[in-house]
This record gives sequence, C-alpha cells and structure tokens, in this order.
Amino acid sequence: MGQKTVAETIKEITRKHLTEDNGLLLGESITAVGWVNNTVPDCKGIIELPMTDVAGAGIAVGAAMVGRRPIFVIRFQDFLVLNGSPLIFFAAKIKELHGNCAPVFVRAIAAENFGPCHSGVLHSIFMHFPGFRVCSPMTPGEYEKIWQDYMEHDDPMIVSEHRASYKNTEELNDVLEKNADITLYPVSATRFEAVKAAQMLKKEGIICNIINILWLKPFELTKRLIDPLTETKKGLVIDPGHEIAGASRSIAYELMYATNCKVGALGLEDKTKCLYEPLQNKYPDAEKIYKAVKNMI
Amino acid sequence: MRSPTYGIIPNIAKSIKSDILLQIFNNMCRVRYFELGLIEAFKEKIFDKFVYLSSGQESIAASMSLVIPDFMIFAQHRCHSTYLSFGGDPVALRDELIGLPSGTSGGRAGSNCLQYHKNNMTMFGHHGLIGENVPFGVGAALGSGKPVVCFFGDGAAEEDYVFAAMGFAVTHKLPVFFVCEDNNLSVLTTIDKRRSWSMTEVAKGLGMPAVDITDDPWTVYRKTQELKDTLPAFINIYTCRAYWHNSVGTDGPPEWDRFKIVKDELIKLGMGKQIEEIENKIKTSMEQIWDKKLLQKLLKK
Repeated sequence: MGQKTVAETIKEITRKHLTEDNGLLLGESITAVGWVNNTVPDCKGIIELPMTDVAGAGIAVGAAMVGRRPIFVIRFQDFLVLNGSPLIFFAAKIKELHGNCAPVFVRAIAAENFGPCHSGVLHSIFMHFPGFRVCSPMTPGEYEKIWQDYMEHDDPMIVSEHRASYKNTEELNDVLEKNADITLYPVSATRFEAVKAAQMLKKEGIICNIINILWLKPFELTKRLIDPLTETKKGLVIDPGHEIAGASRSIAYELMYATNCKVGALGLEDKTKCLYEPLQNKYPDAEKIYKAVKNMI
Repeated sequence: MRSPTYGIIPNIAKSIKSDILLQIFNNMCRVRYFELGLIEAFKEKIFDKFVYLSSGQESIAASMSLVIPDFMIFAQHRCHSTYLSFGGDPVALRDELIGLPSGTSGGRAGSNCLQYHKNNMTMFGHHGLIGENVPFGVGAALGSGKPVVCFFGDGAAEEDYVFAAMGFAVTHKLPVFFVCEDNNLSVLTTIDKRRSWSMTEVAKGLGMPAVDITDDPWTVYRKTQELKDTLPAFINIYTCRAYWHNSVGTDGPPEWDRFKIVKDELIKLGMGKQIEEIENKIKTSMEQIWDKKLLQKLLKK
C-alpha cells in the first residue's frame, strides 16, 4: 500500500466509484471545510443533502434501490440515531422480505473529544439488527478489502470509521507471542491503543497477543480468533463504544461461550461523554487497557 | 373544504372518452370486489393477519393509473387499490395476504408492505413507518432519472421526513408526483385535532404546483394529466376509507361513497349496461379468487 493513508484510500475509492461506476455520494456539508477530513474527492456524483437527517438517509436508500450503490456519509456516528430509521427498517429488511436489495455504503465517522453528541461510536446498534454487514477498517488495506466486499454483496454496510485512523499508513497485523498471558481483541481506534498497551505490559513481563477485529457482523469465530485464546485462557475485547449491550460484551460472550475461557469486555463507562476532563469518558486508551489487563492477570 | 364535491371540474365526465370512464370504473371494481372477497375470507378465519383496506379510496389510483402507468410507484400502507389499478395480479396479492410462497413477496410481507416488479410495473412500498416511502421515491428519482409517484396519507404527510423529501425534490427538480390520499384520519384522530396547516399550502410554499380536490375520479384524471408535466407536483385528494385503520370492521357508513356516486353518474351518462357487465364480470372473477374451498385447499386447512 506504500505511504497512502486511510483518508487517501477512501478518497481514491470514492473517486473511482463516482467517475467510473456511476456511483453516488450523499451527505450533509460534505464539500465544505476539509471535505470530510479530505476523504471526499472533488468530482461528479456528489449530492449535498440539506440538513434533513431522516429524509437524507431515505433518499440514499431510494438511490440504492435503483442500483446506484450510494456512499452515504455521516460525519458523526451519533447522527446514526436519526439516520438509522430508513436504514434499519427498510434497507436492512428489504432483502429478507422481498428478495431485492438496497445496498447503501454508510460511512459512519467516529471521533473523540467532541462532546456528548459528536463523539459516539454506535456500530453496536447496527450489529443488533438483522440485514447489515458491519465493519470497522483502520488501515488502507482493510478499507480496500471492505469496499470490495461491499461491491460483491447486495447488503447495506455500516462502515464504522474513526478519525484516529485517517492518517494511518500502516497495516495492523495480528501479534502472536510465545507464552502469551492474554489475548486482546481490539476494535476500531482502540486497536492503536492496544499496541501501546501491549508494549507497556511487556515491560512488566505481561505478554499480550493482539487479534484485530475488522468484521463485527457477520462475526465469524475462526481459528484465528479462537486458537490464541485457548492458549492464553484469558482474553479482553476492547471497543470504543459503550460497554453495556455493546460490541465488547457481545464478542466477549461469543468467545467465552466457544472456548470456556475467561474473556473480559472493555468499553465506555455507562456515562455521557462530556466535553471536558475529567468527565469525557474517553474510549479505552493504552492506560485503560493496561489497567484492565492488570486486573485480569 | 373537505367535501364530496370539492374542486370537481363541472361536467368533467362528458369531456373524457367513454372507454376511459369505463376503464376507471373497471379498476374501481377490481379493488372493491377483491376486498369484499378478502373480508369474507377474513371473517371465515381463513387468515388473521393485519389488512389495510383501500375500499372507499379506490377512485384515486383507478384514475391516476391510466395517466401515469409507467411511473415507478412508492405506495403507502393502504395500497391494494394502487397495486390492483396499476396492473398487479390479484392472485399474487391474495397469496401474499394469506402467506403463500406464491405471494408478491413470497408471503413474507403482507398487506401494508407490498412490492411488485412484474408486468412492466415497479411498485415499492414501505415497511410500516408511514411516509418513509416518500424519501425512498425521491431517492429513486434522483438515482434513476425516471418519474415516480409517491402515495401517502394525510397522517404520513405530517412526518418531518416527508416534508424534507418534498423540498429536496423541488431543489433538484426531480420528476416526482406526490399524492396525498387524505381520508382525514390518523387511526381515528381527525386532522383538525392534529394540525392547523394545509399540506397543499406547504407544498406551494416549497415551490411546487399543488392542488386540493375531492376523489371524483374524472377530476383526478384531468388534474393528473395537467400536473404530470410540471413535476415535482403535489395533489391532495379528499377521500373516505370505508373500513377501520386496519382489519375489516367499520364505524358506520363513510362520509361519502364514491363508488356509488360514480356508478350513478355513469348510469346517468347512459352507460348502465356496460358498467353492469363490468361489475358482474369482475365480481365473478374475484369470487373465484376468494372461493372458500379453493382457499382451504391452498392452505390445506
């Protein structure tokens, strides 16, 4: 992939889709200030939506129903609560009910430190409802893969992006250590923090495997996920969303049930994300992961 | 404003060819007699799922389907009239309602979620969130460039996303015909208890042509002809549903019975014999579709 960033990868994929594949890109304020962190190209096929969150998603779904494979940009994942209705109740149900499809590519962008309604990570909600493919790519190569997956399937896809990944140029490979003490399963931006936490723990003699979670749904319990856990007997799933009824606990349950190993979950506390310290309720950073692992070992 | 005569063009029936008048009546009969058979089957407990009946409102789709037969359709939940008037197969609809794999959606969706993609007809519905079909229709027009008709009720017209989608259609000059089948009821709550504003005035305010008329099919036919070339456009049509919000009960006779009014008018125009033939023919065919023994066999009861 060379030195291409995640943001450049998104932009390149989008440009090709809009200029060569008759695609569409829709969103609110997408051609203003920074063009969504420089992920949106200046080319044909871009539709600026008015600030109509529910209708906007409906319009994207309608375009998907007639074959345009729209990219629908949601600048802050919290807005998925408003935009979710047409996606959940129609796009995700149309295939099972009627046998046709509405494949929308939803770029749901997460962020941190933007206060109570601009810092959320809501991919767990969409794992809950049938009919979606849900993923959280953090590297250029992963983004290429999930785009290919979208084009090969006819399901709506929730792509849980994170601004923390946009400047990343590196692939994040799984880390498998000899005689590891615990296996970490980080999701989204916590993957960058898990690497740091593993280094901190190593200094204290605690060895961590890191198994990266790209696909949240369908979630497949492959040997890649299970084998390291059966060795370490302990695992920790880390997610930047809320822990209660969230991805971290859901995945931890699946791993635990499949292996009989102890698997913890680490996500946001059951508190609102406030704007200022000490009440920001930040997603699990290296320090929080470090502490959680120490508690488990 | 709401009345059985509001906005009727004087002597309009005389200016429309008789074969069109008869075709509109034919469509109305398809809906009325299909649903009479459905009601009997429901009362016989052949099936027990929710149904949303179009009877009483059938004149709207019956006439519009003749003017815009090739539009992509985004229907509301009370959509049997839309389906049958635009050319949907009544047998496939019956099978959908009673849950057979030969139904329009394999018996999985039911009365209020119809879709149909055969016989040169493209009909989408919604899944139970009233009005959500409107932004879908607008998006489909944006994505395809093809003309779209969105049907929705006066309750759905109040959904914020309907208003927003109509505004988007104006901004992008999309070929979308917005049709409000205004029966004055949201479940049983009348418009005067829900809002103080007129959807027609809202549509005008957004910058599209908009009219209020009653469900006289020949006036609907003429207004559809006029507006289909100036899309996006909005038409609010006063009408009366004959049955409950869902299921087959009634709260007494509707405010007016358009089916009877149309029949009486056609008889006055000297078409009594033709409409009798149409009515009998369709009645017989729908009775066959809803034959109790046939249904029991299909359902193996």
